[in-house]
Amino acid sequence: MSTSALTEIIERYRGKPGSLIPALQKAQAEMGYLSGETLEQISTGLGIPFSRVFGVATFYSQFYLSPRGKHTIKVCVGTACHVRGAGAALQALEEKLGVKAGNPTEDLNFQLETVACLGTCFLAPAIMIDKDYYGEQTPKTVGKILKKYIGGGADAGTPDPEE
Amino acid sequence: MARFKTFKDIAKYREKLNKERDSEATAIRVCMTGCRAKGADAFSESLKAELKKRGLEKKFKVIETGCHGFCSMSPVAVVEPGNIFYGNLKPEDAEEIVEETVVNGRTVERLLFADPATQEKIVKEKEIPFYSHQKRLVLKNCGVVDPREIDDYICRGGYAAFSKALETMKPEEVVEEILKSGLRGRGGAGFPTGLKWRFANKERSDKKFLVCNADEGDPGAFMDRAVLEGDPHAVLEGMLIGAYAIGADEGYIYVRAEYPIAIAHLNIALKQMEELGLLGRNILGAKFSFDLHIKEGAGAFVCGEETALMASIEGKRGTPRVRPPFPIQSGLWGHPTCINNVETLANVAAIIENGSDWYASMGTEKSKGTKVFALAGMIRNTGLVEAPMGMTLREIIFEVGGGIPNGKKFKAALTGGPSGGCIPEQFLDLPIDYDSLAKVGAIMGSGGLIIMDESTCVVDIAKYFMTFTQSESCGKCVPCRMGTKRMLELLERITDGKGTMEDLALLEETADIVKDTSLCGLGQTAPNPVITTLKYFRDEYLAHIEQKKCPALKCKALLTYTVAEDKCKKCHKCAESCPANAISGQKKEIHKIDQAKCVKCGMCHTVCPFDAIELS
Repeated sequence: MSTSALTEIIERYRGKPGSLIPALQKAQAEMGYLSGETLEQISTGLGIPFSRVFGVATFYSQFYLSPRGKHTIKVCVGTACHVRGAGAALQALEEKLGVKAGNPTEDLNFQLETVACLGTCFLAPAIMIDKDYYGEQTPKTVGKILKKYIGGGADAGTPDPEE
Repeated sequence: MARFKTFKDIAKYREKLNKERDSEATAIRVCMTGCRAKGADAFSESLKAELKKRGLEKKFKVIETGCHGFCSMSPVAVVEPGNIFYGNLKPEDAEEIVEETVVNGRTVERLLFADPATQEKIVKEKEIPFYSHQKRLVLKNCGVVDPREIDDYICRGGYAAFSKALETMKPEEVVEEILKSGLRGRGGAGFPTGLKWRFANKERSDKKFLVCNADEGDPGAFMDRAVLEGDPHAVLEGMLIGAYAIGADEGYIYVRAEYPIAIAHLNIALKQMEELGLLGRNILGAKFSFDLHIKEGAGAFVCGEETALMASIEGKRGTPRVRPPFPIQSGLWGHPTCINNVETLANVAAIIENGSDWYASMGTEKSKGTKVFALAGMIRNTGLVEAPMGMTLREIIFEVGGGIPNGKKFKAALTGGPSGGCIPEQFLDLPIDYDSLAKVGAIMGSGGLIIMDESTCVVDIAKYFMTFTQSESCGKCVPCRMGTKRMLELLERITDGKGTMEDLALLEETADIVKDTSLCGLGQTAPNPVITTLKYFRDEYLAHIEQKKCPALKCKALLTYTVAEDKCKKCHKCAESCPANAISGQKKEIHKIDQAKCVKCGMCHTVCPFDAIELS
């Protein structure tokens, strides 16, 4: 993140009560994850001990302390999805991507995550890739969906210039 | 836009709006919240383009609403007048709807709801069994108004209750009215809202806070999300009335960051309230001032617990603390703080408007009004259901929910998510309220209602919830931190076929200790799924332990995988996927699984395109 963007965030929240979490959220939105350096700057900037900043950043599941894959896959493992077979879909994704949930793929194209509930129980089992929902997933369907996001497919955001 | 300076201004503004609006005008109400996941936005765009093409966009309005509730028919839309319900909509359906329904006044048969039993088509939304058994009080505007338009809410009587309270009632009278109505907290525990408000009202302090708890974390529950997305002003009006009643001048809405549409709609709503003078200093010219902030959660289930929630608002790790002092005595930054759930607050305006007697006439002796349930799992009509307290589980599952799909048998219902319990078949006729659910060991909870059929393994479900609570335990107190971990390990041993009777005894003992000694509600209720499944389905635990069998064929380690020779198409996919090289046979040969080598990972069953791998 550019120093000016971070400085701006710090200026916005300095001295305001309860501002550490929103400051971390904004900083992460800027650069994708919170590096040790970012945390230190926030600590100094807001005048909050580093131990507390680190404590908060590691407590909440929304904060990431390492770089993440480009496309985030959220596999819903909520109760409704669980009873309808989310486990099998997750296992298939882990095998296809070669990573366990909670990690980026080696090429940093995907980030595989599980979430407790996407709130779309009528799609169970549901997965969400970036902002798009995919319902009624089975080990057979997840593979097809992944293809859309590999090598700059139609829905894969910025096309790969090498292609 | 007008700015309200006196009590009369709201009523005058409503009158003006209603005069301008033609109530008979044709309109189509398209769900644009939950249904977005199934392409409602593409349908809505296509509908608008089609109307524009024919020059009908002024005569015929597309209203983009919140959740209609009938999620399994998603995307849905209702055409008015006529109350015509269309479901499973695709962008290409727009042209036919405009041609047939808008221009010619006919219904499009193929888009109507068909009764699963008789295949008979039902035209009107209100006559579909899913809706006809419900009582929609909290959800009355959801799916009807455009949640981004405060005018829509005001047209339908919005902010009349707030204005009435401010003009004609003392704060204490508001408190008594809510107390008399019998409204109880909808977050799960069911504490009388009026009593909480009375305590808050009596606290002497120059600063008090009112907080709306919208940290809906129970997996499988989406009631609060639907209300915030579909009718945010109902909650906000409830907050204004509550703040006036307890004497708070500042409020927070603590909402999950995972709910981006709810946050967006709340932000719009707050801006409109500020513009109209419904927030800020001396609202409606009265001696009442109120400021409201939105606080986004950062992903921690425990933050639904009120002391953890306050720590999170203060920017700290969201861990609970010992009560007393209760938040009402010492809450945010040491000031008295009253915390109410979304659905609780959404009930308030209607009670003030229609009186406590009206509200108390609905429901059972000790549970009044209605409850919104998120109905999901092995059920035909997944969706949002508002039922009067006291409706039986049978009515909710089989009348409203349409029963269990695929000819399967009902096994149990789960209420209250990871804090709740399971309710077996013998209690299907139980009238649902706070007390009857507590009697059978379950809890009302926030309203998640997950249905399980005979293919669901209760030990697996208990393990599932324990996995959840164990990972969400904040780690502050020992019983919850260690106890949930140990219980999970015991459950894993049982589902892996390594469990003993001693493990079962230890599991029961640990469950009791964690329940009795944990610091907050998360730990105190975490053993509930284990305790209730053991109470009602002990046989299934014993089958896992003594016979090393999973009767529902869910626990992989206890299954035997074999190839059904009549179904095998000799494609070799199973052998390729097997990590243990336990499958013999080449392409064009019937395959065989070597049971001695099989590690029971289930991959062959997963990859087989012909369902030829059988489980026993």
